[in-house]
Amino acid sequence: MHIVIIGNGIAGTNAARFIRKWSDYRITMISDETLHPFSRTALMYCYMGHVRQRDTQLYEAHFWAKNRIERLLDRVEQVDTTSKTLLLRQSGALHYDKLIIATGSTPNRPDWPGQELKGVQGLYHLQDLEGMEQLSQGLQHAVVVGGGLIGIEMAEMFLSRNIPVSMLVREHSYWGNVLPGPESAMINRHIIEHGIDLRLGTQLKAIEGDKQGRVHSVLTQNDKRIACQFVGLTTGVSPNINFLRRSGIELNKGVLVDEQLRSSAPDVFAIGDCAELRRPASGRRPIEAVWYTGRMMGQTVAATICGQETMYKPGIWFNSAKFFDIEYQVYGSVPAINPAGISSLYWEHPDGKKSIRINYESESLAVTGFNLMGIRYRHEVCEKWILEGRSIEAVLQQLSLANFDPEFYPKHEQELVSLYNRLEQRNVQLQTRRSLTMVQCYLKSKV
Amino acid sequence: MNQQASPSLSLSNPHPKGVNWQQKAALALFGIGLLILLFAWLGGQVWNPFQALLLALGLISGSAWWYARAEYGGKPAGIKNNAVMFRSLSNRGLWGWIAGVMISGFYICLYWYPETMKGLIEMFEAPSRALRGQAADQWFVYGSFYTLAVLLMGAKFIWKYRHNRYQVIRTVSVMFFQLIFSFLIPAFMQLMHQPEFYFTYFWPLKSEYLFPDKISYLTQKYTHLGVFLVFWGAVMSFIAVPVLTYFFGKRWYCSWVCGCGALAETAGDPFRTLSDKSLRAWRIERWLIHSVLVFIVLTTLLAWLNSWQQGAILGDLSQGFSKTYGFLIGSIFSGVIGTGFYPILGSRGWCRFGCPQAAILGIFQKYFSRFRITVNGGQCISCGNCSTYCEMGIDVKAYAQRGQDVVRASCVGCGICSAVCPRGVLRLENGADDVRERAQYARAFHIGEDGVKLNDH
Repeated sequence: MHIVIIGNGIAGTNAARFIRKWSDYRITMISDETLHPFSRTALMYCYMGHVRQRDTQLYEAHFWAKNRIERLLDRVEQVDTTSKTLLLRQSGALHYDKLIIATGSTPNRPDWPGQELKGVQGLYHLQDLEGMEQLSQGLQHAVVVGGGLIGIEMAEMFLSRNIPVSMLVREHSYWGNVLPGPESAMINRHIIEHGIDLRLGTQLKAIEGDKQGRVHSVLTQNDKRIACQFVGLTTGVSPNINFLRRSGIELNKGVLVDEQLRSSAPDVFAIGDCAELRRPASGRRPIEAVWYTGRMMGQTVAATICGQETMYKPGIWFNSAKFFDIEYQVYGSVPAINPAGISSLYWEHPDGKKSIRINYESESLAVTGFNLMGIRYRHEVCEKWILEGRSIEAVLQQLSLANFDPEFYPKHEQELVSLYNRLEQRNVQLQTRRSLTMVQCYLKSKV
Repeated sequence: MNQQASPSLSLSNPHPKGVNWQQKAALALFGIGLLILLFAWLGGQVWNPFQALLLALGLISGSAWWYARAEYGGKPAGIKNNAVMFRSLSNRGLWGWIAGVMISGFYICLYWYPETMKGLIEMFEAPSRALRGQAADQWFVYGSFYTLAVLLMGAKFIWKYRHNRYQVIRTVSVMFFQLIFSFLIPAFMQLMHQPEFYFTYFWPLKSEYLFPDKISYLTQKYTHLGVFLVFWGAVMSFIAVPVLTYFFGKRWYCSWVCGCGALAETAGDPFRTLSDKSLRAWRIERWLIHSVLVFIVLTTLLAWLNSWQQGAILGDLSQGFSKTYGFLIGSIFSGVIGTGFYPILGSRGWCRFGCPQAAILGIFQKYFSRFRITVNGGQCISCGNCSTYCEMGIDVKAYAQRGQDVVRASCVGCGICSAVCPRGVLRLENGADDVRERAQYARAFHIGEDGVKLNDH
């Protein structure tokens, strides 16, 4: 049995790893990006000089030989699902028994005039990082278009080399379609504090270049011109599936898959950013281009391929990021604007760099989500509270169990409880002290 | 990118934004301070040794403070690791090698050619008289420089990590123990005509504290105090080490109290990324550090056997062991290589590969301690910051990305992995109820290693 995986991001690599763990099948991983699977989310830290490229590799070099995972640096041109054959640019035909498509995303390039100029790029692949590195030599000013996770990363990267950055954000607040108002405002302040020229409610009209085809400025919708030699396009990503257009595999925005991550073609699976679930779990999107879902899908598809049919169940949503110096964690559902029937308990530290938000159902008081800025909460505890539908008051009593900040950090549980009591005219008491033993007791208890 | 020569080998950094003009000026002043010391060391006549010393140390301290201010001041608090991988000094570049040779050379002079340091020792005459009531020697010079390095670079470290209370408190602790217990108290005891005794070092790191000749010297010459000191040393070695390590892990000593740790955590901080994270290095580490432990245990046993036999049979053998240990381990390994090679092996070369105290603490930590680093569910993004900044060469990421608690003999609990993690994944813990199963796979259900269970494989 030959398993071929196209793409060696976290989804593909995790699939390979678990297939090896659970079987003796032959495994081949193909990528035209690099032979060494690495952490895509760490690209920024290479540019900033925090880590070396090799520090971001997922496994040490000996891992692949030891686990008999073959790697090919090549590009898949065509997929023939009837003869189960791939056509590779360099090495020709390759037969598979089961195929896993894990090709990830490509940065969106809406039709902006001038987006083909030299100095205009996104940040997704290793090659994008190398492009940024080259363009940084002598760079006087950079413009980043997009108010999302990659946009702020790019701004931070340039700032690390003291290169001035303007950030154009279409929304009226940073990541305003995801973060609730106060958290988003906190990040606005933080971006400005770092000296970024943050332009909210500003859209790109055109990118302008010189005679050599290099970008020299951008024009905004309100006809303001910003001189720059680099334009970062960070307005989201789309599944990287163009090479499948003629394969007969059913596609929409991504490769359409069922709950077992099977595509319409026999023995062809798709995982990670490029997979589009036909029936996503309630409250979840059909395409979730984040690290964690890719990793879980890799593990799930490995189980199915190794003979144990396994449904993709991503569980309670979680994600995290870091905006300059402010860490962000989210567990469960915390939309930008609460729908009817959902209440928020929101506490913010006076320094304006830390906050805790707990969402709960207004009627039943069951907690539905946690949003943390500058504060660390324990994943498993929050997840279990949400799964159990614990009431906000029970959660507040036990809130210390969730605290994951380093030792000696100031604790804010009591402030949160007092705030709730004041707002709701209640008398909830903080009961448990933070201790790993208590956390383990709680996590081991049956739901 | 890989085809280019490493920027760190270039004299002119191709990433010029890494160091600003204030820092360059500060480095220049620092260099002048060093030159004054070097001038005196090489036998140059200074107008007044003590005034010259004050000027040199003033320049060194002031410029170190200025450098740190230019680096961290006026910027929002947070992780400050920009350009670490581009800098020559901290990246085994030209300056790194120069620094490595210089520091090793200093240790070689200190151990074997102290007469070359006459001019330098003369500068310390006045403070040595005041603090210890005796003439300066090379060890007083060394202790002074060592303590100054811990205090200055400790202050810089605190500035760098001012947002992280664990780091601030821990650094204040190592600075305190170095200044008070490893510098002022031993000096004060000499001033009072008592033995020069280090309360924060004990067997096997300070192996002679349990050697029969040292014990008889202390108890005979200093009677009551001597008996107390011997008792203190034994209590620390045999009771404090296991008990405190059970509760807090080896960090209570290695990154909170120990002087070697103090230097590594402060002056050594810029070099923490240089530790080798490979499986091979881990293998070498386990062989080497436990061999040193066996060596010192044998040496100690032989010394006692010899003493019990009145030196009748084992005299030469025991002496030989003792001398070899002192030369190979005490001088070359812990000094010349351990500290001299900071810019090459990283700041914990001695602590990781050689220190017998760390070996014992590590055995307790691994098999009988509440300490571990827990992983926050499935939040790891495998970015590698934790492993890169681990001074002990632990591949923390390998644990974090599969949701497994980190339980490693070598971990000194410095907490930097937790600090640099951009996703808040790691936490140092002293948990009570599961000492036996600390190292088992994640407690996180669908996100951990065993999220999907298969039979028979």
